[in-house]
Amino acid sequence: MNIKLLKQLSKNSRVDVADLAVMLGMTEDEVRAEIAEMENEGLIRGYKAVIDWDRLDNAYVSAIIELKVTPKAGLGFEDVAAKVMRYPEVESVYLMSGVYDLSVVVKGKTFQEVAKFVAKELSTIDSVTSTATHFVLRRYKELEVELLGSGKDERGSYLL
Amino acid sequence: MDYERLLSPTVLDIKPSGIRKFFDIADTMKDIISLGVGEPDFPTPWEIRKAGIFSLEQGKTRYSSNWGLEQLRVSISRYVKRKYNVSYDPKSEVLVTVGGSEAIDACIRAITSPGDEIIIPQPSYVCYEPMTRMAGGVPVILETRAEDDFKVTPAQLKALITPRTKALILPYPCNPTGGIMEREDLEAIAEVLRDTDIFILSDEIYAELTFGDKAHVSIAEIEGMRERTVMVNGFSKTFSMTGWRLGYACGPAPVMKQVTKIHQYAIMCAPTTSQYAAIEALENGDEAVAAMKEEYDMRRRLIVSGFNAIGLTCREPKGAFYAFPCIRSTGLSSEEFCERLIYAERVAVVPGTAFGESGEGFVRASYCYSTEHIKEALRRIERFLKTL
Repeated sequence: MNIKLLKQLSKNSRVDVADLAVMLGMTEDEVRAEIAEMENEGLIRGYKAVIDWDRLDNAYVSAIIELKVTPKAGLGFEDVAAKVMRYPEVESVYLMSGVYDLSVVVKGKTFQEVAKFVAKELSTIDSVTSTATHFVLRRYKELEVELLGSGKDERGSYLL
Repeated sequence: MDYERLLSPTVLDIKPSGIRKFFDIADTMKDIISLGVGEPDFPTPWEIRKAGIFSLEQGKTRYSSNWGLEQLRVSISRYVKRKYNVSYDPKSEVLVTVGGSEAIDACIRAITSPGDEIIIPQPSYVCYEPMTRMAGGVPVILETRAEDDFKVTPAQLKALITPRTKALILPYPCNPTGGIMEREDLEAIAEVLRDTDIFILSDEIYAELTFGDKAHVSIAEIEGMRERTVMVNGFSKTFSMTGWRLGYACGPAPVMKQVTKIHQYAIMCAPTTSQYAAIEALENGDEAVAAMKEEYDMRRRLIVSGFNAIGLTCREPKGAFYAFPCIRSTGLSSEEFCERLIYAERVAVVPGTAFGESGEGFVRASYCYSTEHIKEALRRIERFLKTL
């Protein structure tokens, strides 16, 4: 496992293998082999674009749902987490410390659609005892990428 | 009014910085890809900013001692000992200044009598020569060479020493060449200076941006050199704190006492908010610096390999954050190269001659930019080279 390589990929997974090789002082073949190995091992799970959906009209809405769950004997929270994550509407699922158990990020076309999904699907799962829905109103930063501001280089050309 | 007659001839004779022209052109153009800026692209690490903010919240908005906050001087003293293995008394040998630049200026003024010769290696940062002239000194240029990795060699130094030689400026790691002086290089320089009365002004602002497995060595650590050396460093480059304007100078007490007099009358004290932030930087900033350095190192490899791949020979810069490729193969002068490049492909780099005549044949490209930005600049430069 190559932490430096992972860090670069997590920042920008579209960098050429040739550039990665130069930057990390490896050969291209070594980089390719390391990436393949990390993919095979399941360390690298995928590559996605970071999109500022708010720029599109009615692209989608999302909500963070707090679920309280009664864990099943012997299975803990795994069983219900597995059920929840199978829905295509669900973007991510986390087991949380604190006053609730699962944090579920859900997306849908409209607020109504998300509300309906929570009412009809999530809250009816056997061991789910309560839900609290928090709609996302605006995304400022996503996956370490700032969505606000111009991203313009504000460094002046004042000095050497 | 006849300003020409009224203004100081010494100041009138100082040429404006050679880099300005290109930035002025760049400012009028859209879609410019600049490799011009000598300033980190990272914001100051948050914990450091927070320390500055907290000091403001507590109302710590007064002057500090002329020397700087004592707590900061203690931190500087500890940091310099830990990093460069040189001990300075925080009470009498450490001065906090407004950036490294002020420290350099005050030191040059403190040691220079009219007619004194100051040896300045070039290509190097643009301030040494004008500051020397303003202090009434005579700049003596030592032209470092690419084949020596832009180091000062003992033979070159010896050849320039006269009875009027007052000091040697040692700007390493070097802006713009990326050259460094390793321990054995410094030993050789020390050997030349050991039995003389020549001062050393060691500008080590890029010390923490020394790449490879060997850490930066200060000439003050070499035997017999501490007593004649003022070590200048600062927070701008290491901690990405350019706008905070904070630097420091460490040297023998009798020298620092005089340097501080100049600082006291010209500046009073360095900005207090910056000083509080700087304590946090020195005490807890190592991790943030290591992360930035790792990133610079990858960009450095990328840009050096990129220049070589498109046919501009580029030596490995071992320090600072600049590549200094040779453009002689194009048959153009440094200035022509930069001017034509900016008009043809809208890429801004700085002609080597901005850093002294010996920079002819080279250009400076900063790699304080994202890898995507660097790649795009290289693509454009490659396209430009094909049209020549």
